[in-house]
Amino acid sequence: MTAFLIYKALMCIGVFILCLAAAAYSTLWERKFAAFLQDRKGPSRAGWGGLLQPIADGVKMFMKEEIIPNVSNRSLFILGPCIFMITAVITSSVIPWAKPVMIGSHVYDLQITDINIGVIYLLGVASIGVYGIMIGGWASNNKFALLGAVRASSQMISYEIPMGIALIALIISSGGSLSLKEIVEGQDAGFANFVWQPLGFLIFFICALAETNRAPFDLPECETELVGGYHTEYSSMKLGLYLFAEYINMFISSAVLATLYFGGYNFPFAHELYEKLGLADGSVWISLIGFGVLIAKIFGFVCLFMWIRWTLPRFRYDQLMNLGWKTLLPLSLFNLALTVVVEFFRGNIHF
Amino acid sequence: MLGYTITQWLFGILSFLAIMFALMVVFTRNPVNSVLYLVLTFFCIAGHYLLLNAQFLAIVHIVVYAGAIMVLFLFIIMLMNLDADTEPQKHIGTRFIAGIVGGVLLFVMVGALRGAEQIQLVQTGSSQIGLVKNLGKVLFSEFLFPFEIASILLLAALVGAIMIGKRDTNINSKETTNS
Repeated sequence: MTAFLIYKALMCIGVFILCLAAAAYSTLWERKFAAFLQDRKGPSRAGWGGLLQPIADGVKMFMKEEIIPNVSNRSLFILGPCIFMITAVITSSVIPWAKPVMIGSHVYDLQITDINIGVIYLLGVASIGVYGIMIGGWASNNKFALLGAVRASSQMISYEIPMGIALIALIISSGGSLSLKEIVEGQDAGFANFVWQPLGFLIFFICALAETNRAPFDLPECETELVGGYHTEYSSMKLGLYLFAEYINMFISSAVLATLYFGGYNFPFAHELYEKLGLADGSVWISLIGFGVLIAKIFGFVCLFMWIRWTLPRFRYDQLMNLGWKTLLPLSLFNLALTVVVEFFRGNIHF
Repeated sequence: MLGYTITQWLFGILSFLAIMFALMVVFTRNPVNSVLYLVLTFFCIAGHYLLLNAQFLAIVHIVVYAGAIMVLFLFIIMLMNLDADTEPQKHIGTRFIAGIVGGVLLFVMVGALRGAEQIQLVQTGSSQIGLVKNLGKVLFSEFLFPFEIASILLLAALVGAIMIGKRDTNINSKETTNS
Protein backbone atom coordinates (compact mmCIF):
# COMPACT_ATOMS: atom_id res chain seq x y z
CA MET A 1 0.00 0.00 0.00
CA THR A 2 2.74 2.46 0.95
CA ALA A 3 4.81 1.54 -2.10
CA PHE A 4 1.73 2.06 -4.27
CA LEU A 5 1.06 5.49 -2.77
CA ILE A 6 4.70 6.55 -3.20
CA TYR A 7 4.66 5.38 -6.83
CA LYS A 8 1.42 7.27 -7.56
CA ALA A 9 2.73 10.40 -5.81
CA LEU A 10 5.94 10.22 -7.83
CA MET A 11 3.93 9.82 -11.05
CA CYS A 12 1.78 12.85 -10.23
CA ILE A 13 4.78 15.03 -9.39
CA GLY A 14 6.67 13.79 -12.45
CA VAL A 15 3.81 14.52 -14.86
CA PHE A 16 3.18 17.90 -13.21
CA ILE A 17 6.81 18.93 -13.62
CA LEU A 18 6.80 17.62 -17.18
CA CYS A 19 3.75 19.76 -18.03
CA LEU A 20 5.21 22.89 -16.46
CA ALA A 21 8.61 22.43 -18.06
CA ALA A 22 7.09 21.68 -21.46
CA ALA A 23 4.81 24.71 -21.22
CA ALA A 24 7.66 26.99 -20.11
CA TYR A 25 9.84 25.95 -23.00
CA SER A 26 6.88 26.10 -25.41
CA THR A 27 6.76 29.84 -24.75
CA LEU A 28 10.40 30.13 -25.77
CA TRP A 29 9.94 27.81 -28.74
CA GLU A 30 6.89 29.77 -29.88
CA ARG A 31 8.96 32.95 -30.03
CA LYS A 32 11.89 31.20 -31.67
CA PHE A 33 9.58 29.56 -34.20
CA ALA A 34 7.81 32.84 -34.96
CA ALA A 35 11.20 34.45 -35.39
CA PHE A 36 12.22 31.70 -37.80
CA LEU A 37 9.04 32.15 -39.85
CA GLN A 38 9.53 35.91 -39.96
CA ASP A 39 13.25 35.75 -40.65
CA ARG A 40 14.30 37.13 -37.26
CA LYS A 41 16.49 35.80 -34.47
CA GLY A 42 14.05 35.72 -31.59
CA PRO A 43 15.05 36.02 -27.91
CA SER A 44 18.78 35.38 -27.72
CA ARG A 45 20.12 37.36 -24.76
CA ALA A 46 19.15 35.41 -21.62
CA GLY A 47 21.33 32.34 -21.31
CA TRP A 48 22.82 30.38 -24.18
CA GLY A 49 20.88 31.31 -27.30
CA GLY A 50 17.96 32.45 -25.14
CA LEU A 51 17.60 29.24 -23.13
CA LEU A 52 16.96 31.07 -19.86
CA GLN A 53 14.28 33.33 -21.36
CA PRO A 54 11.31 31.41 -19.78
CA ILE A 55 12.87 31.83 -16.32
CA ALA A 56 13.40 35.54 -16.94
CA ASP A 57 9.76 35.84 -18.08
CA GLY A 58 8.56 33.99 -14.99
CA VAL A 59 10.56 36.21 -12.64
CA LYS A 60 9.22 39.29 -14.44
CA MET A 61 5.64 38.06 -14.03
CA PHE A 62 6.13 37.43 -10.30
CA MET A 63 7.80 40.79 -9.68
CA LYS A 64 5.15 42.92 -11.38
CA GLU A 65 2.67 44.88 -9.33
CA GLU A 66 -0.54 43.05 -8.69
CA ILE A 67 -3.67 45.08 -9.35
CA ILE A 68 -7.13 43.87 -8.37
CA PRO A 69 -9.79 46.32 -9.57
CA ASN A 70 -11.88 47.89 -6.79
CA VAL A 71 -15.14 47.16 -8.58
CA SER A 72 -14.31 43.51 -9.17
CA ASN A 73 -15.66 40.53 -7.30
CA ARG A 74 -12.46 39.83 -5.39
CA SER A 75 -12.79 36.14 -4.53
CA LEU A 76 -14.05 35.13 -7.98
CA PHE A 77 -11.36 37.31 -9.56
CA ILE A 78 -8.73 35.17 -7.82
CA LEU A 79 -10.63 31.92 -8.43
CA GLY A 80 -10.78 32.35 -12.23
CA PRO A 81 -7.12 31.80 -13.16
CA CYS A 82 -6.83 29.03 -10.52
CA ILE A 83 -9.65 26.99 -12.10
CA PHE A 84 -8.22 27.55 -15.58
CA MET A 85 -4.79 26.32 -14.46
CA ILE A 86 -6.15 23.32 -12.54
CA THR A 87 -8.30 22.10 -15.44
CA ALA A 88 -5.35 22.54 -17.80
CA VAL A 89 -3.13 20.33 -15.62
CA ILE A 90 -5.54 17.56 -14.56
CA THR A 91 -6.17 16.50 -18.16
CA SER A 92 -2.69 14.98 -18.13
CA SER A 93 -3.71 12.32 -15.60
CA VAL A 94 -5.19 9.87 -18.13
CA ILE A 95 -2.45 10.03 -20.76
CA PRO A 96 -0.25 6.92 -20.94
CA TRP A 97 3.27 8.27 -21.20
CA ALA A 98 5.18 5.04 -21.92
CA LYS A 99 4.98 1.26 -21.79
CA PRO A 100 4.66 -0.26 -18.31
CA VAL A 101 7.97 -0.84 -16.53
CA MET A 102 8.72 -4.05 -14.66
CA ILE A 103 10.80 -3.49 -11.54
CA GLY A 104 11.35 -6.66 -9.56
CA SER A 105 8.10 -8.54 -9.91
CA HIS A 106 5.89 -5.42 -9.96
CA VAL A 107 4.54 -3.86 -13.12
CA TYR A 108 4.32 -0.08 -12.97
CA ASP A 109 2.07 1.71 -15.47
CA LEU A 110 3.55 5.00 -16.56
CA GLN A 111 0.16 6.67 -16.41
CA ILE A 112 -1.35 8.39 -13.39
CA THR A 113 -4.67 6.59 -13.64
CA ASP A 114 -6.22 4.27 -16.19
CA ILE A 115 -9.94 4.95 -15.78
CA ASN A 116 -12.31 3.12 -18.11
CA ILE A 117 -13.99 6.39 -19.09
CA GLY A 118 -10.76 8.14 -20.07
CA VAL A 119 -12.04 9.65 -23.31
CA ILE A 120 -15.20 11.11 -21.75
CA TYR A 121 -13.07 12.36 -18.86
CA LEU A 122 -11.09 14.40 -21.40
CA LEU A 123 -14.31 15.92 -22.74
CA GLY A 124 -15.56 16.57 -19.21
CA VAL A 125 -12.43 18.42 -18.13
CA ALA A 126 -12.46 20.42 -21.36
CA SER A 127 -16.02 21.52 -20.62
CA ILE A 128 -15.10 22.51 -17.05
CA GLY A 129 -12.21 24.61 -18.38
CA VAL A 130 -14.72 27.16 -19.62
CA TYR A 131 -15.51 28.17 -16.02
CA GLY A 132 -12.02 29.56 -15.50
CA ILE A 133 -12.46 31.99 -18.37
CA MET A 134 -16.10 32.86 -17.62
CA ILE A 135 -15.54 33.51 -13.92
CA GLY A 136 -12.40 35.53 -14.58
CA GLY A 137 -14.06 37.57 -17.31
CA TRP A 138 -17.19 38.31 -15.33
CA ALA A 139 -15.46 39.05 -12.02
CA SER A 140 -13.29 41.70 -13.70
CA ASN A 141 -16.42 43.87 -14.07
CA ASN A 142 -15.21 45.13 -17.42
CA LYS A 143 -17.30 44.97 -20.57
CA PHE A 144 -14.44 43.85 -22.78
CA ALA A 145 -13.55 41.09 -20.35
CA LEU A 146 -17.19 39.98 -20.20
CA LEU A 147 -17.46 39.95 -24.00
CA GLY A 148 -14.26 37.92 -24.19
CA ALA A 149 -15.60 35.45 -21.62
CA VAL A 150 -18.91 35.08 -23.48
CA ARG A 151 -17.07 34.50 -26.74
CA ALA A 152 -14.78 31.96 -25.14
CA SER A 153 -17.56 29.94 -23.60
CA SER A 154 -19.81 29.92 -26.66
CA GLN A 155 -16.85 28.94 -28.81
CA MET A 156 -15.84 26.11 -26.48
CA ILE A 157 -19.41 24.77 -26.18
CA SER A 158 -19.87 24.87 -29.97
CA TYR A 159 -16.66 23.06 -30.79
CA GLU A 160 -17.11 20.40 -28.13
CA ILE A 161 -19.94 18.87 -30.16
CA PRO A 162 -18.03 17.99 -33.37
CA MET A 163 -15.12 16.96 -31.12
CA GLY A 164 -17.34 14.52 -29.24
CA ILE A 165 -18.79 13.05 -32.43
CA ALA A 166 -15.31 12.67 -33.93
CA LEU A 167 -14.33 10.81 -30.76
CA ILE A 168 -17.32 8.45 -31.08
CA ALA A 169 -16.17 7.54 -34.59
CA LEU A 170 -12.65 7.00 -33.26
CA ILE A 171 -13.88 4.71 -30.50
CA ILE A 172 -15.92 2.64 -32.95
CA SER A 173 -12.93 2.08 -35.22
CA SER A 174 -10.43 1.46 -32.41
CA GLY A 175 -12.34 -1.41 -30.83
CA GLY A 176 -14.86 0.16 -28.49
CA SER A 177 -12.78 0.96 -25.43
CA LEU A 178 -12.91 4.33 -23.68
CA SER A 179 -9.66 3.72 -21.83
CA LEU A 180 -6.73 5.61 -23.33
CA LYS A 181 -4.36 2.82 -22.39
CA GLU A 182 -6.34 0.28 -24.38
CA ILE A 183 -6.66 2.67 -27.33
CA VAL A 184 -2.88 3.03 -27.41
CA GLU A 185 -2.27 -0.70 -27.02
CA GLY A 186 -4.71 -1.36 -29.87
CA GLN A 187 -2.39 0.62 -32.13
CA ASP A 188 0.65 -1.39 -31.09
CA ALA A 189 0.35 -3.89 -33.91
CA GLY A 190 -1.10 -2.76 -37.23
CA PHE A 191 -1.92 0.77 -38.24
CA ALA A 192 -2.36 3.87 -36.11
CA ASN A 193 -5.94 5.11 -35.81
CA PHE A 194 -5.10 7.99 -38.12
CA VAL A 195 -5.17 5.59 -41.10
CA TRP A 196 -8.81 4.68 -40.42
CA GLN A 197 -9.88 8.12 -39.21
CA PRO A 198 -8.23 10.79 -41.39
CA LEU A 199 -11.36 12.97 -41.49
CA GLY A 200 -12.00 12.42 -37.78
CA PHE A 201 -8.44 13.48 -37.05
CA LEU A 202 -8.87 16.68 -39.06
CA ILE A 203 -12.10 17.54 -37.22
CA PHE A 204 -10.56 16.73 -33.84
CA PHE A 205 -7.50 18.80 -34.64
CA ILE A 206 -9.53 21.87 -35.65
CA CYS A 207 -11.64 21.51 -32.51
CA ALA A 208 -8.51 21.18 -30.39
CA LEU A 209 -7.27 24.46 -31.87
CA ALA A 210 -10.58 26.09 -30.94
CA GLU A 211 -10.69 24.56 -27.45
CA THR A 212 -7.21 25.81 -26.60
CA ASN A 213 -8.11 29.30 -27.90
CA ARG A 214 -5.18 29.27 -30.26
CA ALA A 215 -5.07 31.32 -33.44
CA PRO A 216 -6.97 31.37 -35.79
CA PHE A 217 -9.59 30.80 -33.08
CA ASP A 218 -8.23 33.24 -30.48
CA LEU A 219 -11.28 35.52 -30.59
CA PRO A 220 -11.70 35.57 -26.77
CA GLU A 221 -8.51 37.60 -26.52
CA CYS A 222 -8.78 39.40 -29.83
CA GLU A 223 -6.81 42.58 -29.13
CA THR A 224 -8.11 44.55 -32.10
CA GLU A 225 -11.68 44.35 -30.78
CA LEU A 226 -11.52 43.52 -27.07
CA VAL A 227 -8.30 45.10 -25.68
CA GLY A 228 -7.11 41.87 -24.05
CA GLY A 229 -10.28 39.79 -23.95
CA TYR A 230 -11.12 37.96 -20.74
CA HIS A 231 -7.79 38.81 -19.10
CA THR A 232 -7.93 42.56 -19.75
CA GLU A 233 -7.98 43.40 -16.03
CA TYR A 234 -5.43 40.82 -14.94
CA SER A 235 -1.86 41.61 -14.11
CA SER A 236 1.19 39.99 -12.58
CA MET A 237 1.14 36.24 -11.97
CA LYS A 238 -2.64 35.89 -12.43
CA LEU A 239 -2.20 36.98 -16.02
CA GLY A 240 0.80 34.67 -16.05
CA LEU A 241 -1.40 31.74 -15.00
CA TYR A 242 -3.85 32.40 -17.84
CA LEU A 243 -1.10 32.66 -20.44
CA PHE A 244 0.80 29.71 -19.01
CA ALA A 245 -2.28 27.48 -18.83
CA GLU A 246 -2.83 28.10 -22.54
CA TYR A 247 0.58 26.56 -23.26
CA ILE A 248 -0.15 23.64 -20.94
CA ASN A 249 -3.43 23.14 -22.81
CA MET A 250 -1.55 23.13 -26.08
CA PHE A 251 0.94 20.56 -24.78
CA ILE A 252 -1.79 18.30 -23.41
CA SER A 253 -3.92 18.61 -26.57
CA SER A 254 -0.91 17.58 -28.61
CA ALA A 255 -0.38 14.64 -26.28
CA VAL A 256 -4.04 13.62 -26.66
CA LEU A 257 -3.83 13.91 -30.45
CA ALA A 258 -0.66 11.82 -30.52
CA THR A 259 -2.20 9.24 -28.18
CA LEU A 260 -5.58 8.88 -29.86
CA TYR A 261 -4.64 9.13 -33.53
CA PHE A 262 -0.91 8.52 -33.88
CA GLY A 263 -0.25 5.54 -31.66
CA GLY A 264 1.10 7.30 -28.55
CA TYR A 265 4.37 5.70 -27.52
CA ASN A 266 4.21 3.12 -30.33
CA PHE A 267 6.10 3.54 -33.58
CA PRO A 268 6.47 1.45 -36.76
CA PHE A 269 8.70 -1.62 -36.48
CA ALA A 270 9.05 -1.14 -32.72
CA HIS A 271 9.09 -4.88 -31.96
CA GLU A 272 11.76 -5.56 -34.59
CA LEU A 273 13.91 -2.81 -33.08
CA TYR A 274 13.51 -4.14 -29.55
CA GLU A 275 14.40 -7.66 -30.73
CA LYS A 276 17.51 -6.35 -32.46
CA LEU A 277 18.55 -4.56 -29.28
CA GLY A 278 17.74 -7.63 -27.19
CA LEU A 279 15.33 -5.87 -24.84
CA ALA A 280 12.80 -7.94 -22.92
CA ASP A 281 9.22 -6.80 -22.24
CA GLY A 282 9.01 -4.47 -19.25
CA SER A 283 12.53 -3.17 -19.68
CA VAL A 284 13.19 0.42 -18.64
CA TRP A 285 14.85 1.12 -21.97
CA ILE A 286 11.69 0.21 -23.92
CA SER A 287 9.73 2.67 -21.81
CA LEU A 288 12.36 5.36 -22.30
CA ILE A 289 12.40 4.89 -26.09
CA GLY A 290 8.58 4.93 -26.17
CA PHE A 291 8.49 8.07 -24.05
CA GLY A 292 10.98 9.73 -26.37
CA VAL A 293 8.84 8.82 -29.38
CA LEU A 294 5.72 10.23 -27.71
CA ILE A 295 7.54 13.46 -26.85
CA ALA A 296 8.74 13.73 -30.46
CA LYS A 297 5.14 13.36 -31.71
CA ILE A 298 3.92 15.95 -29.20
CA PHE A 299 6.69 18.29 -30.31
CA GLY A 300 5.57 17.83 -33.91
CA PHE A 301 1.99 18.78 -33.03
CA VAL A 302 3.12 21.77 -30.96
CA CYS A 303 5.10 22.98 -33.97
CA LEU A 304 2.00 22.52 -36.15
CA PHE A 305 -0.07 24.58 -33.69
CA MET A 306 2.54 27.35 -33.83
CA TRP A 307 2.93 27.19 -37.59
CA ILE A 308 -0.83 27.69 -37.96
CA ARG A 309 -0.81 30.59 -35.50
CA TRP A 310 1.90 32.46 -37.37
CA THR A 311 0.42 31.73 -40.81
CA LEU A 312 -3.35 32.15 -40.70
CA PRO A 313 -5.23 35.34 -39.86
CA ARG A 314 -7.90 35.34 -37.17
CA PHE A 315 -11.48 34.32 -38.04
CA ARG A 316 -14.36 36.74 -37.85
CA TYR A 317 -16.89 35.74 -35.20
CA ASP A 318 -19.67 34.71 -37.62
CA GLN A 319 -17.16 32.71 -39.68
CA LEU A 320 -16.14 30.90 -36.51
CA MET A 321 -19.72 29.95 -35.68
CA ASN A 322 -20.49 28.97 -39.28
CA LEU A 323 -17.43 26.76 -39.40
CA GLY A 324 -18.39 25.08 -36.15
CA TRP A 325 -22.08 24.49 -36.71
CA LYS A 326 -22.50 24.39 -40.49
CA THR A 327 -19.28 22.69 -41.58
CA LEU A 328 -17.69 20.70 -38.78
CA LEU A 329 -20.89 19.32 -37.25
CA PRO A 330 -22.33 17.85 -40.51
CA LEU A 331 -18.84 16.70 -41.47
CA SER A 332 -18.38 14.87 -38.19
CA LEU A 333 -21.81 13.22 -38.55
CA PHE A 334 -20.86 12.16 -42.07
CA ASN A 335 -17.59 10.80 -40.70
CA LEU A 336 -19.50 8.83 -38.08
CA ALA A 337 -21.80 7.27 -40.71
CA LEU A 338 -18.84 6.50 -42.95
CA THR A 339 -16.96 4.90 -40.05
CA VAL A 340 -19.88 2.63 -39.25
CA VAL A 341 -20.08 1.46 -42.90
CA VAL A 342 -16.32 0.93 -43.16
CA GLU A 343 -16.12 -0.91 -39.85
CA PHE A 344 -19.04 -3.12 -40.86
CA PHE A 345 -17.14 -4.26 -43.92
CA ARG A 346 -13.94 -4.66 -41.89
CA GLY A 347 -15.91 -7.01 -39.69
CA ASN A 348 -15.59 -5.07 -36.43
CA ILE A 349 -19.32 -4.40 -36.01
CA HIS A 350 -21.91 -7.14 -35.73
CA PHE A 351 -25.62 -6.61 -35.85
CA MET B 1 -10.01 4.83 10.97
CA LEU B 2 -12.50 5.13 13.85
CA GLY B 3 -14.21 1.94 12.72
CA TYR B 4 -15.25 3.27 9.33
CA THR B 5 -13.92 2.25 5.93
CA ILE B 6 -12.51 4.78 3.48
CA THR B 7 -15.69 4.49 1.40
CA GLN B 8 -17.82 5.40 4.39
CA TRP B 9 -15.57 8.37 5.16
CA LEU B 10 -15.83 9.53 1.55
CA PHE B 11 -19.60 9.08 1.62
CA GLY B 12 -19.87 11.14 4.80
CA ILE B 13 -17.64 13.94 3.55
CA LEU B 14 -19.33 14.07 0.13
CA SER B 15 -22.81 14.09 1.68
CA PHE B 16 -21.85 16.89 4.06
CA LEU B 17 -20.38 18.95 1.22
CA ALA B 18 -23.33 18.27 -1.09
CA ILE B 19 -25.86 19.42 1.52
CA MET B 20 -23.74 22.40 2.53
CA PHE B 21 -23.32 23.60 -1.07
CA ALA B 22 -27.02 22.99 -1.75
CA LEU B 23 -27.88 25.20 1.23
CA MET B 24 -25.41 27.83 0.03
CA VAL B 25 -27.22 27.90 -3.34
CA VAL B 26 -30.32 29.09 -1.52
CA PHE B 27 -28.70 31.33 1.06
CA THR B 28 -26.23 33.32 -1.04
CA ARG B 29 -27.49 36.69 -2.20
CA ASN B 30 -25.41 36.94 -5.36
CA PRO B 31 -27.00 34.85 -8.18
CA VAL B 32 -23.63 34.12 -9.81
CA ASN B 33 -22.33 32.65 -6.56
CA SER B 34 -25.53 30.61 -6.34
CA VAL B 35 -24.89 29.09 -9.76
CA LEU B 36 -21.30 28.30 -8.83
CA TYR B 37 -22.41 26.58 -5.60
CA LEU B 38 -24.89 24.57 -7.67
CA VAL B 39 -22.00 23.43 -9.88
CA LEU B 40 -20.11 22.33 -6.76
CA THR B 41 -23.22 20.41 -5.61
CA PHE B 42 -23.27 18.60 -8.94
CA PHE B 43 -19.62 17.65 -8.45
CA CYS B 44 -20.43 16.18 -5.04
CA ILE B 45 -23.29 14.16 -6.53
CA ALA B 46 -20.94 12.93 -9.28
CA GLY B 47 -18.65 11.80 -6.47
CA HIS B 48 -21.54 9.77 -5.04
CA TYR B 49 -22.05 8.09 -8.41
CA LEU B 50 -18.36 7.17 -8.43
CA LEU B 51 -18.75 5.58 -4.98
CA LEU B 52 -21.62 3.52 -6.42
CA ASN B 53 -19.29 2.32 -9.19
CA ALA B 54 -21.29 4.20 -11.85
CA GLN B 55 -18.38 5.93 -13.55
CA PHE B 56 -20.19 6.58 -16.81
CA LEU B 57 -23.09 8.27 -15.05
CA ALA B 58 -20.67 10.34 -12.98
CA ILE B 59 -18.73 11.71 -15.91
CA VAL B 60 -21.82 12.27 -18.06
CA HIS B 61 -23.39 14.10 -15.13
CA ILE B 62 -20.38 16.43 -15.08
CA VAL B 63 -20.26 16.88 -18.86
CA VAL B 64 -23.98 17.57 -19.25
CA TYR B 65 -24.90 19.43 -16.07
CA ALA B 66 -21.72 21.14 -14.92
CA GLY B 67 -20.20 21.48 -18.37
CA ALA B 68 -23.14 22.51 -20.51
CA ILE B 69 -26.36 23.39 -18.69
CA MET B 70 -24.80 25.35 -15.84
CA VAL B 71 -22.55 27.23 -18.28
CA LEU B 72 -25.71 28.44 -20.02
CA PHE B 73 -27.24 29.39 -16.64
CA LEU B 74 -24.10 31.34 -15.80
CA PHE B 75 -24.17 32.92 -19.24
CA ILE B 76 -27.68 34.29 -18.78
CA ILE B 77 -27.18 35.44 -15.21
CA MET B 78 -23.92 37.19 -16.06
CA LEU B 79 -25.48 39.01 -19.00
CA MET B 80 -28.58 40.04 -17.01
CA ASN B 81 -26.21 41.61 -14.47
CA LEU B 82 -28.27 40.68 -11.40
CA ASP B 83 -26.83 41.95 -8.16
CA ALA B 84 -27.66 41.85 -4.50
CA ASP B 85 -28.81 45.51 -4.78
CA THR B 86 -31.25 44.85 -7.62
CA GLU B 87 -32.88 41.93 -5.82
CA PRO B 88 -36.59 42.77 -5.34
CA GLN B 89 -37.66 42.92 -1.69
CA LYS B 90 -40.56 40.59 -0.95
CA HIS B 91 -43.63 41.78 0.95
CA ILE B 92 -43.79 40.65 4.60
CA GLY B 93 -47.01 38.68 3.96
CA THR B 94 -45.39 36.75 1.11
CA ARG B 95 -42.49 35.83 3.39
CA PHE B 96 -44.86 34.68 6.11
CA ILE B 97 -46.79 32.42 3.72
CA ALA B 98 -43.56 31.08 2.18
CA GLY B 99 -42.34 30.19 5.68
CA ILE B 100 -45.53 28.27 6.48
CA VAL B 101 -45.53 26.41 3.14
CA GLY B 102 -41.87 25.49 3.51
CA GLY B 103 -42.44 24.30 7.08
CA VAL B 104 -45.37 22.11 6.02
CA LEU B 105 -43.30 20.60 3.21
CA LEU B 106 -40.53 19.80 5.70
CA PHE B 107 -43.15 18.19 7.98
CA VAL B 108 -44.42 16.01 5.10
CA MET B 109 -40.88 14.98 4.13
CA VAL B 110 -39.94 14.05 7.69
CA GLY B 111 -43.19 12.10 8.02
CA ALA B 112 -42.61 10.27 4.75
CA LEU B 113 -39.06 9.32 5.68
CA ARG B 114 -39.94 8.17 9.20
CA GLY B 115 -39.21 4.51 9.55
CA ALA B 116 -37.06 4.45 6.41
CA GLU B 117 -34.15 3.05 8.41
CA GLN B 118 -36.06 -0.23 8.88
CA ILE B 119 -36.29 -0.90 5.13
CA GLN B 120 -34.00 -3.72 4.10
CA LEU B 121 -31.89 -2.74 1.10
CA VAL B 122 -31.84 -5.35 -1.65
CA GLN B 123 -29.21 -5.16 -4.36
CA THR B 124 -30.54 -6.25 -7.72
CA GLY B 125 -28.28 -7.10 -10.61
CA SER B 126 -24.52 -6.93 -10.61
CA SER B 127 -22.56 -4.13 -8.96
CA GLN B 128 -20.78 -3.55 -12.26
CA ILE B 129 -23.92 -2.30 -14.02
CA GLY B 130 -22.61 1.28 -14.04
CA LEU B 131 -19.68 0.53 -16.33
CA VAL B 132 -20.10 1.76 -19.90
CA LYS B 133 -20.07 -1.68 -21.48
CA ASN B 134 -22.73 -3.22 -19.22
CA LEU B 135 -24.85 -0.09 -19.31
CA GLY B 136 -24.76 -0.03 -23.12
CA LYS B 137 -25.73 -3.67 -23.37
CA VAL B 138 -28.72 -3.22 -21.08
CA LEU B 139 -29.80 0.01 -22.78
CA PHE B 140 -29.68 -1.45 -26.27
CA SER B 141 -31.34 -4.78 -25.51
CA GLU B 142 -33.61 -4.81 -22.48
CA PHE B 143 -34.56 -1.12 -22.41
CA LEU B 144 -34.35 -0.33 -26.11
CA PHE B 145 -37.90 0.97 -26.41
CA PRO B 146 -37.76 3.51 -23.53
CA PHE B 147 -34.33 4.54 -24.77
CA GLU B 148 -35.67 5.31 -28.25
CA ILE B 149 -38.67 7.13 -26.79
CA ALA B 150 -36.29 9.29 -24.75
CA SER B 151 -34.25 10.04 -27.86
CA ILE B 152 -37.39 11.12 -29.77
CA LEU B 153 -38.31 13.37 -26.84
CA LEU B 154 -34.86 14.96 -26.98
CA LEU B 155 -35.14 15.40 -30.75
CA ALA B 156 -38.51 17.11 -30.34
CA ALA B 157 -37.01 19.44 -27.71
CA LEU B 158 -34.12 20.21 -30.07
CA VAL B 159 -36.44 21.05 -32.98
CA GLY B 160 -38.58 23.16 -30.65
CA ALA B 161 -35.57 25.12 -29.42
CA ILE B 162 -34.45 25.81 -32.98
CA MET B 163 -37.97 26.91 -33.98
CA ILE B 164 -38.10 29.38 -31.07
CA GLY B 165 -34.60 30.65 -31.73
CA LYS B 166 -35.09 30.97 -35.47
CA ARG B 167 -35.49 34.44 -36.88
CA ASP B 168 -38.92 34.98 -38.39
CA THR B 169 -38.22 35.34 -42.11
CA ASN B 170 -41.57 37.03 -42.84
CA ILE B 171 -40.94 39.91 -40.45
CA ASN B 172 -37.43 40.29 -41.80
CA SER B 173 -38.51 40.51 -45.43
CA LYS B 174 -41.15 43.12 -44.52
CA GLU B 175 -38.51 45.21 -42.75
CA THR B 176 -36.20 45.10 -45.71
CA THR B 177 -38.97 46.09 -48.14
CA ASN B 178 -40.01 48.99 -45.90
CA SER B 179 -36.50 50.34 -45.62
